Amino acid sequence: MLGELLLMKGNEAVAEAAIRAGCRHFFGYPITPQNELPEYMARRLPEVGGVFVQAESEVAAINMVYGAAGAGARVMTSSSSPGISLKQEGISYLAASELPCLIVNMMRGGPGLGGIQPAQSDYFQATKGGGHGDYHLIVFGPESVQEMVDLTPLAFDLADRYRNPAMILGDGILGQMMEPVELSEMLDVQLPPKEWATTGRSGGRRHVVSSLYLDSSELEKLNKRLQDKYLEIMRTEQRWESLDVEGAEVVLVAYGTTARVVKSAMNLAREEGIRVGLIRPITLWPFPTKAFESLEDVGRFLVVEMSSGQMVEDVRLVVNGRWPVSFYGRTGGVVPDPKDILARIRELARGGGTR
Amino acid sequence: MKQVFKRPQALSDTVMHYCPGCTHGIVHRLVAEAIDELGILDRTIGVASVGCSVLAYEYFECDFQEAAHGRAPAVATGIKRVLPDRVVFTYQGDGDLASIGTAEIIHAATRGEKITVIFINNAIYGMTGGQMAPTTLLGQKTTTTPRGRLAEYHGQPIRICEMIKELDGAAYVTRVASNSPRNIAVAKRAIRKAFQVQLLGLGLSLVEVLSTCPTNWGLTPVESMKWLEEKMMPHYPLGEFKSPGEVK
Repeated sequence: MLGELLLMKGNEAVAEAAIRAGCRHFFGYPITPQNELPEYMARRLPEVGGVFVQAESEVAAINMVYGAAGAGARVMTSSSSPGISLKQEGISYLAASELPCLIVNMMRGGPGLGGIQPAQSDYFQATKGGGHGDYHLIVFGPESVQEMVDLTPLAFDLADRYRNPAMILGDGILGQMMEPVELSEMLDVQLPPKEWATTGRSGGRRHVVSSLYLDSSELEKLNKRLQDKYLEIMRTEQRWESLDVEGAEVVLVAYGTTARVVKSAMNLAREEGIRVGLIRPITLWPFPTKAFESLEDVGRFLVVEMSSGQMVEDVRLVVNGRWPVSFYGRTGGVVPDPKDILARIRELARGGGTR
Repeated sequence: MKQVFKRPQALSDTVMHYCPGCTHGIVHRLVAEAIDELGILDRTIGVASVGCSVLAYEYFECDFQEAAHGRAPAVATGIKRVLPDRVVFTYQGDGDLASIGTAEIIHAATRGEKITVIFINNAIYGMTGGQMAPTTLLGQKTTTTPRGRLAEYHGQPIRICEMIKELDGAAYVTRVASNSPRNIAVAKRAIRKAFQVQLLGLGLSLVEVLSTCPTNWGLTPVESMKWLEEKMMPHYPLGEFKSPGEVK
């Protein structure tokens, strides 16, 4: 099956990639624009000895994920923005109990019920915790169906390695569009031993999965352990793509679908003789600070997002005043036009505009 | 000398935090006895809920998960779907199951999840300090019904067994009480039967146990037993609401 080239919708491709990565349990609730993902799982999982449950709500679905992850399964759920908000309670519990799982968010425009068109306005929610308490998910922002498929097994593996929930932060376009995609063969996945899982004592030690620490010093110990883990993830798991950054008059920063629009805008800018570069975060948390640290010969930054400006805050933090950082965003499901981005690039290359 | 009474193997050798006169300890023991008698300690996974019994995982010797408020039936669903040959039970209070977790219990029952639910109804929120529960009786004073629960203002108390029994996926639904040796013996048989229903894969089994909360009722333990019988039982009649023929 290696090298099998298929034309697939992003939602279906990520589902198949998850199954080939050993995921056998899916719990979800319908919401546009990610419905093809649970539908695919409903069809496919029983064929491979897996289980699909359509839960009564996103709240129930994420708690089913909690139970399944606590029982040692490779498990996932998917949803879109309003549904992901409903899952936040469970995600906080998963992070606190250090349970590995994969959550896919095919973002749509918000706030509120918003719309069903693509957006990137859940970046804060995804990368800064999202629910209550100090925690982080490992968050990936793929730019294509292929990259989403490639990141799916990695997301599961890192979730297991760090005992932490992972998230693929896609959007309505990535979920809905069809692209040629090369899928790996069905992996004979040997999950790492999960000695902590509640599978019945089987004569051995008993195990408890809990996020309750009534003793404040014990709870602080948990928090310190989590923070140590996050530091380790920040040190070792940053992923990004850099293109022509050194010597660029304008370095664009964009992720996901927006990065592809930005690449089109960059081609237009190059035709006009403007030196442009790109930093494309692939992990959104940990944010790829290393991509910025060693930069020297750079004019300025332009961050483009399908939001009112969320990732731009992380860029400004890491740039820390060394260069001007400007922002261009569209919201509500409107996808930025390369010509509009080009106009911003031109303006900045001429030395104008700070925002 | 023959030993006639001892701690069940499934019950931890630890001091419980429950108030004097609270019947959580009794019900814990009944669950542990049932686990022992069925020989399922090594393949049972409990799910604790939020409320006074939040620390239930400290009191049993089987594996346990601690769920978010009201979500125990969803967590149990996740465990059971991964490990269908294990025995999975939830232990939930009335705030957890009958208020914030109504969607989860109704749909776990509707799906016929092969889990056992131990539902403690003491008509009040204990852990948070005596607020109105969905099962608080009309006229009952709590910190959030200071003049007594009024139907037209606070709504009517909810009867869970009567509702769950209507769901096709629920196989065994019964209400018992923890206030007298006789009722405790009945409760024990009901809890054991609920696990047997699960072992036979017949569907969801739910045992509602009428329980006491002397601390928040403002009564002595003895008065509480009487209050349970005189006030709670008329509104929450005991008995089997649904029972499969396969298990006696």
